[in-house]
Formats: sequence, C-alpha cells, structure tokens
Amino acid sequence: MRESPEGVRMGRLEWPAITGVMSREVANFRTFWKATTFSSVLEPVIYLLAFGLGLGATIVDKVDGLDYVEFVGTGMVATAVIFSSALPAMYGTFIKERFQRTYDAILAAPVDVEELVTAEVLWIALRSAVYGCFPLIVAIAFGLAPAPGMLIVPVFCFITAFGFASFGVATAASVSKIDQFNYVTTLLVTPLFLLAGTFFPIDQLPDGAQVVANLNPLYHLVELVRHAAFGFETTDLIRIAVLTVFALGLWRLAVARLEKRLIN
Amino acid sequence: MAAIELKGTVKTYGAITAVDGLDLEVPEGTCLGLLGPNGAGKSTTMRLLTGQAIADSGEIRVLGRELPARSKEARALMGVVPQLDNLDVDVSVEDNLSVFARLYRVPDVGEAVERALELSRLTGRRRDAVDELSGGMRRRLLLARGLLHRPQLLLLDEPTVGLDPQIRTELWALIDALRSEGTTILMSTHYIEEAERLADEVAVMAHGQIIARGRPSELVTEHAGRHTAEVYGPPERLAEVRARAERDGLRVRPAGPAIAIVGAERAQNGAVPEEALVRAASLEDVFVLLTGEEAE
Repeated sequence: MRESPEGVRMGRLEWPAITGVMSREVANFRTFWKATTFSSVLEPVIYLLAFGLGLGATIVDKVDGLDYVEFVGTGMVATAVIFSSALPAMYGTFIKERFQRTYDAILAAPVDVEELVTAEVLWIALRSAVYGCFPLIVAIAFGLAPAPGMLIVPVFCFITAFGFASFGVATAASVSKIDQFNYVTTLLVTPLFLLAGTFFPIDQLPDGAQVVANLNPLYHLVELVRHAAFGFETTDLIRIAVLTVFALGLWRLAVARLEKRLIN
Repeated sequence: MAAIELKGTVKTYGAITAVDGLDLEVPEGTCLGLLGPNGAGKSTTMRLLTGQAIADSGEIRVLGRELPARSKEARALMGVVPQLDNLDVDVSVEDNLSVFARLYRVPDVGEAVERALELSRLTGRRRDAVDELSGGMRRRLLLARGLLHRPQLLLLDEPTVGLDPQIRTELWALIDALRSEGTTILMSTHYIEEAERLADEVAVMAHGQIIARGRPSELVTEHAGRHTAEVYGPPERLAEVRARAERDGLRVRPAGPAIAIVGAERAQNGAVPEEALVRAASLEDVFVLLTGEEAE
C-alpha cells in the first residue's frame, strides 16, 4: 500500500472489499453451519409430515390440481427463503453493529457502508439460495416429480433472499432495541409467510387479501417455484421483474439506513 | 508534511459539542499523544479521522487526502487500533487476521498473516478461537491486525486502557518499536505515563479543543515550573496550606489525599510548609492544572 501512487482514487462497490467482508462471514459461518443446516433440512420435513401427510390424508386431497404434498413442498421453498434471510440479517446486523462492534472494525479499513451492506446481503442471499432448495429436495423424496425447471429455483431464491436480507439489515439499522424485532416478526414477517400461498391457495381468499398477496414478494416466489416444477407461464416474467425491483429497492434502503446508523 | 491536519473542525451531537473548532497537526514520522479527560473529544477526533464521523465544519486532511471525500484512500494507508476490542471472538486468530488482510487489499495475505502472528507472538495459538485468548493476547492481536498492511499512519485509541501494568509495558515496547521505524502515530490516552513514555509531543485536549501542546518536558516547564510540593495532612491543615499558597499567587491542585503546590521554587517565606515533599514537576501536574481533572 505504501507504493500506491498519489491521487489514485478508490471507487464505489469494489470487489476486494465485498469479498473481504464476505470472507469474514464465511469464517464465522464455519463455526455454526451444522446447527443452521440441520434445522433448515429438518424443518421442511416436519412441515411436510404435519401438513402434507396429516392434512393431505385427512381433509384435503388436491389443491389447484396438485397433491397436497406437491403443493406444500413447492410452497415451502419461500418459507425457507424468508426465514433464512430476513431473520439472520436482522439479528446478525444488530449484534454485529451493537454488541460486537464488528462494523466499527470493518469501516476503519478501506470499506464503505455500501460495500459492507452489499457483502452481507450477497452472502445471506447465496446461503438462502441453497437453503431454499432443501424443501424441494425433501418434497422430491416424498414423491414430487423432479423437473428441469427446478434447476433455476436457486436463482429465484437468491433474488428474493437478497431483498429480504436487505429488509433485515434496514430493520436492524432502524430499531433501537433488539426486542423491537418482535413487532417486525409478528406484524410483518409472519403475515407475509402465511399469506404467500404456501399452505392454501390465494385465489380462494377475498379480493382484498388477494391484492395484499400480490404485493407480497414471497407469493411471487411461491408461484415461480410451483411453475418451475409444473410449467412456466408468461406472467412469470412479471413476477421475476417484481422480485428484482423489490430486491434492488430494499438494498438501497438498507444502505441508506445503515449509513445513517454508522456514520454520524 | 503533516500526516494529519485538522483546521477549525467542529462536530456536534445534538446539544453536545464534542469537537469545538479543533486545530491539530501531526507531522510525519512523529508520535503525538492526545491527552485529555473522558469527554474531552479524543474519541470523536479519532472517529473523524476514520470517516466514521462527519464534521459539521472545518477541514480535515489525512496523508494528503481530504476527508470525508477521500476517506477510503486515507483508510487504506492507515492502521486503526480501537479502544474497545472488536475482534471476531468465535473465529480463529489466523482467520481474524486474514479477513483484515483482504480488507486492506494486502497482495500476499499469507505473508502478512505470518508477520502479524510473529509480531503479536501468537504463532502457536493461530488456530485457537479468539475467545480462548487472554486479555493481553487479544490486545496484541488487535494491534497486529491494524498493522497488517504496513500503514504509514497508526491511530491508537487508548491502546492500553484496562490492562495490567505488565501487559501495558509489553504493548509500549511494541508501539515504541513502530515509532522508531518511522510510523506516524496519533495516540489518545488518559494515562499520563503512557504519553510521557511514548509521545514525542503531547497535546492536551479539553472541551473539544487543544489547550496546550509541546514536548512533555517543555509543557512541564511552561505550565508547572520546576518543582512541585506535595503536602499530606488532615483536611483542615490542607485548606490552611492551600489558602496560604494561593495568597502568594501559587497554583495548588488536588493530588489524591494530598494537595500539590505547583511551581514551588517560586515560593517565599513559608508558603511551602516544612513537612512538604518537594519533587520535580511532572506532566501530571500540567494535566490537572489545565483540565481541572485528576489524572489516572
């Protein structure tokens, strides 16, 4: 660094800064990946057994022409995505910012808040892209027929998780106490997760609820995953566009919120 | 050239003015000790220099780069050792270092990590989680982490706060070695001895401004004279001695259970009582006289 010529300007969003911050996340992840992965695999199994087999065998037979296991198995990809992105981002960001002072250390190096947020969100989105596939794999084990369209599911998961991880970072940068996450989880995360068409189809709900569902990024992810398994529709392009706009918008919001919190 | 230049820098937080028109220059290759009581604005000054606080007004240049616009370039050339430990506790010593070597864009990460391990004498503990290290080891690691990229400038924020005397001496030796290699150092501290031992120059900070600056010996001569007389005794006796000395225009400061009459060499006919212990004036005398607060 001593030799770096005078007047060389460093740019925005530099790849070495982003990968550097991500390498910190990877180093930390190596210390807790087993527990996280265990629950990410087991959770969809439990849900599928409880809802898919239990409900499917007793009350519901077919939903929208699908076996209930197929319906829930594909729907649960979205559940895995939101719970492996929004919540880790919320808690992780808050803990690193407030309790571990990690961000103080990182920002003293040549890293800007924009790079920091981008790296954190990218890493969580990559993780979620993998975790999002577990319910699908479990559902295949329970009898869902594999389809080539499923290969693109990690991409859908990645885009959605990028948005929800950004949402988590923005939330963490906006609350003053960690307890306030309870409001966010109860009032926002849980309704989004329930109103995504995972366990029951949206089109049988009242009109108002349908409008709300259409504003829910998770609903679009659920639809995309089902179509990946059973056949795409042209409107899926709109869904991808919606998710992309959601992801980019929340990313900018996260950068702005965390900048406000950290640089003062 | 000055490695650090602040001109008329003001930084307020709501109703609190943390830095109040601060002018400060740190010449290249010197170690400046920023001495001041808690709340004097030392930490805010450090945060301004790393771009984590943005000044309301004034100019800041670090290694020739104007802040905050070119803060990132400045940060690439300087090392920062924070007051509060912010290591990654669950992760190994080695990983803590390699992450920061990457953040500092060090070309050979492996070599930089080895060098840092040697410097912090943690080569044998490289695979241990930071959690398992002692306080002194963690401090050494924190210092080595800030030096991974061989910075031209080092910011040390209270480098030995809360450490045992023995560990403190050990860190002082490390810092002193850097100083002799020509690294510019700005070190905030509220330990007088630390400033005396390490700093070429000391700047005394209070209420967001520098109120005195110079070599420790110059500051002592200028503000405290040659001798200080310490008087111990019951409170009534001390009050009496204080009143007598102050009548003669001498300055008196509290010194723990005692009082200290500063500039005792100028005392005439009995202003310094016979039972007083006369010693050479110290930087501590200057500090207490200027800031009105007892030093540690």
